[in-house]
Amino acid sequence: MLDSQMEALTDMATASATVELDPRDRGGAQQPLLIVRDLLKHFPVKGTGGKSVQAVDGVSFEVQKGETLGIVGESGCGKSTLARLLLHLIRPDSGELVFDGDPVDAPRGITVSALRRQVQMVFQDSYSSLNPRMPVRDSVAFGPFVQDTPKLQAREIARDMLAKVGLNPDQFGPRYPHELSGGQKQRVNIARALATNPRMVILDEPVSALDKSVEAQVLNLLRALKRQFNLTYVFISHDLMVVRYISDRVLVMYLGRVVELGPSEKIFSAPQHPYTRALLASQPSMDPARRMEEPPITGDPPNPIDPPSGCRFRTRCSFAEAVCEASSPGLASIGGDTAHVAACHMLDRASGHSLATAGSA
Amino acid sequence: MSQTATLPASPDTFEDQAAPETKIRSYWQSVGYRLRHDKMTIFFGSIVILIVLAAIFAPLLAPFDPYKESIIGRLKPMGWRNHTLGTDELGRDMLTRLLYGGRVSLLMGIVPVIFATCVGGMLGVIAGFMGGRVNTGIMRTMDVFYAFPSVLLAVAISGAMGGGMLNGMLALTLVFIPPMCRVAETATTQVRSLDFIEAARATGAGTFIIVRHHVLGNVLGPVFIYASSLVSVSILLASGLSFLGLGVRPPTADWGLMLSTLRQSIYVVPVVCALPGLAIFVTSICFNLVSDGLRAAMDVRM
Amino acid sequence: MSNTEPLAEVRDLQVSFVGRENTVHAVNGVSFTVNPGEVLCILGESGSGKSVTLRALMRLLPPQAKIEGTVRAAGQDVLALKGKALRDLRGGAVSMIFQEPMTALDPVYTVGQQIGETIRRHTGASHAQARARALDLLNLVRIPSAERRLDAYPHELSGGLRQRAMIAMALSCDPKLLLADEPTTALDATVQIQVLILLRKIQRELGMGMIFVTHDLGVAAEIADTVAVMYAGRVIESGPVGRIMSDPLHPYTAGLLSSTVHGQPRDQDIDAIPGSPPDMRRLPTGCAFAPRCPRRRDGCRTAIPAERFPEPNRMAACIAVDEAAFA
Repeated sequence: MLDSQMEALTDMATASATVELDPRDRGGAQQPLLIVRDLLKHFPVKGTGGKSVQAVDGVSFEVQKGETLGIVGESGCGKSTLARLLLHLIRPDSGELVFDGDPVDAPRGITVSALRRQVQMVFQDSYSSLNPRMPVRDSVAFGPFVQDTPKLQAREIARDMLAKVGLNPDQFGPRYPHELSGGQKQRVNIARALATNPRMVILDEPVSALDKSVEAQVLNLLRALKRQFNLTYVFISHDLMVVRYISDRVLVMYLGRVVELGPSEKIFSAPQHPYTRALLASQPSMDPARRMEEPPITGDPPNPIDPPSGCRFRTRCSFAEAVCEASSPGLASIGGDTAHVAACHMLDRASGHSLATAGSA
Repeated sequence: MSQTATLPASPDTFEDQAAPETKIRSYWQSVGYRLRHDKMTIFFGSIVILIVLAAIFAPLLAPFDPYKESIIGRLKPMGWRNHTLGTDELGRDMLTRLLYGGRVSLLMGIVPVIFATCVGGMLGVIAGFMGGRVNTGIMRTMDVFYAFPSVLLAVAISGAMGGGMLNGMLALTLVFIPPMCRVAETATTQVRSLDFIEAARATGAGTFIIVRHHVLGNVLGPVFIYASSLVSVSILLASGLSFLGLGVRPPTADWGLMLSTLRQSIYVVPVVCALPGLAIFVTSICFNLVSDGLRAAMDVRM
Repeated sequence: MSNTEPLAEVRDLQVSFVGRENTVHAVNGVSFTVNPGEVLCILGESGSGKSVTLRALMRLLPPQAKIEGTVRAAGQDVLALKGKALRDLRGGAVSMIFQEPMTALDPVYTVGQQIGETIRRHTGASHAQARARALDLLNLVRIPSAERRLDAYPHELSGGLRQRAMIAMALSCDPKLLLADEPTTALDATVQIQVLILLRKIQRELGMGMIFVTHDLGVAAEIADTVAVMYAGRVIESGPVGRIMSDPLHPYTAGLLSSTVHGQPRDQDIDAIPGSPPDMRRLPTGCAFAPRCPRRRDGCRTAIPAERFPEPNRMAACIAVDEAAFA
């Protein structure tokens, strides 16, 4: 057999071997675990005569089984709203969700409660992420209890999960949230999400409120838990470095829209969208000898109530031209590679932008 | 699922450094702790307890018969012939009347608050949790009652129903439902937006389960504090109703009614005639101060 | 004030908060100096005492705080000042910017009014003069359409602009020492870098000294000249920022560096510091970091490690740091 054929066969073998299918699997290894199509959510603002906060404005992507998809963006980009839309904690205005091949909340699909038995969420550690009047083990046991597990068994699951996230259940189980440190609370949050045995976990800024040393611990824990429980993660954060570390693929959001999507290393070594480039360049360098003299981008992220027409980034983009105001760019593949896409007129020769090429290197 | 050791060695099971070294205390236990060390509240709380006990055990403590009149013994000063606190305008012993009167006044003060807390609290939690039109419907209805000053409203309801103790208590209950509802609704609305409620929803919990397990525990605090402060108001209002003749009928002993009937005799034995008023005042103030102490103990940020 | 006198001098500062149930020893013997034109970054995580230390420089602490030690700022003994003299110092020679501009700015007054009020209070200028100076300041902090923004309320400005407005307010009376308490922590990355660059530029232009509190090593790298790393209320390492970042001496600093997520390979665990920060109500005997330290040994728990000075300008409080090795 030719070397290249051997290689191809081995690749295929490893690809299907790495994705160990869950017993509840319905679509097979190639079926994305979650498909999001044109998800839209606008929040009307009272008293402004019909204006609305265009929190999520037509977002589409897929999440493959067993991967970690990172979603990164700044304030106002809609990532928190998106997180809640994925679990139907907020009802989308339009668009669809398809979980393992079954449309959600649609005829001939699965119900939202069925979705919630397979998808769970880890919230940002804030003072309000855990019920202050409940011992921590009861907060963890609540999920299984709601999903028809008898109380005693739910308590056992809670003990087990607390141990798995690194907290001694006898020491920490009866504690109240205010007696725990930020990192310990966040471990409880993770235990709570995993107690109902989900297949996919949406993590909404899970480490943003933690000190850096604790953040590292929790990230390590998340990675280990993903391996052990064969999970799929959607990891949402404003911290580019964290997203880069933990994700297989990265989705960059700006003002309710996807501006770039692709494999993690590609996004960071060769970002195509001007916003992604600016975001990357804004990260502190950790080297005092190489300080920036000029910021890579000026101004604040604009208000999602009145987003700019056409391409929403054009007000801060140094390459903006008339075509950018006239029409919003669609997601174009970079150099023929459909895995890496970005929404910028400069990448589409047909757009009329003076710097447009038919995909850069 | 295998229990293999693929997880990093748990850093939080290191020695004792990680586990909080303070005693585990639930919220209510820490409230108890703070109360035990609050001397003022203990002092006034003791007075309240004494008053309540005195009212409960009135038949055992009272030296005389509350209804026994005496023509010659009318309006006598304190200490006259074993009447420690004097006699009223019909010759009945004041101390006895005060003890028995306490039963009525306390009952009329506390019972309406209990019922108003249950009804108003429930309405408030429903309004707060459901939001939207249910909330508007309930809260705006409450606002209608709010438009009336509580005293007038109590008088109006009680009068329309013909007076008497039961009607008085009903009137007071109706008067207290709107403010209790508002307190519960505010607390519920605040809790509703917290992350752990969303987390509960994310596990698929229905409204009823979320309210029972997550909301009530957090709302109970503010509601209880408010209820305890309402008791002092209620005692005043109840006495006021009785004073106006809308409460119990004579010859039943009741502090407000006693004040009313002793009004004309104030120039004869001023101290004795003021005693029912003093009883109302002391009881109300003590309840108020205990409620303040409760609030201080319960309202501390964790 | 002579040119050689340090702008800020703190020696053996101790701050404790006496509560009903227990006492929190927030700061346990902190010493440092800041010279004019120098930027000191106090680096530490939550509970390290960094914010309390900063506030002690202006005595902005609640009444139940017990402060001991020496605190000198802009040539004055801060702990001895009272009343009007203290108020003159605050906002005058020493000024502070906070983490949350939304709560640090009064929502019922416009930005121009607030800056103007500070100016008038400290310099006695007229309304018109104060307004002109406020406009100058807004331009200094690069707020676009400054004239219009003078009459804007805080809620009408975005986060980054609000932070710039707060910086303008802090600069209004030409402070010699600027204190910054995590001013960029709540900002987005693209805004954070703008504010950091701005602060650096202004600090250089005006020749101010600055003490910048942060928990982010990257921020320290961008703005500091010297760094003081705090843990459990003590400074455990200090030195020039370049040396500390490239060659940390204290195991905690080394742990912080390795656990900061910055380009580590994705298939490996991050080198995290195990355990949790200590309970400030009950500090262990000896070195507070010992329970979590990979290099701990017998002597660590017996006594608080003394400060060692292995290089000029560098300090590390760890018994594993041997002066002789650097001699």
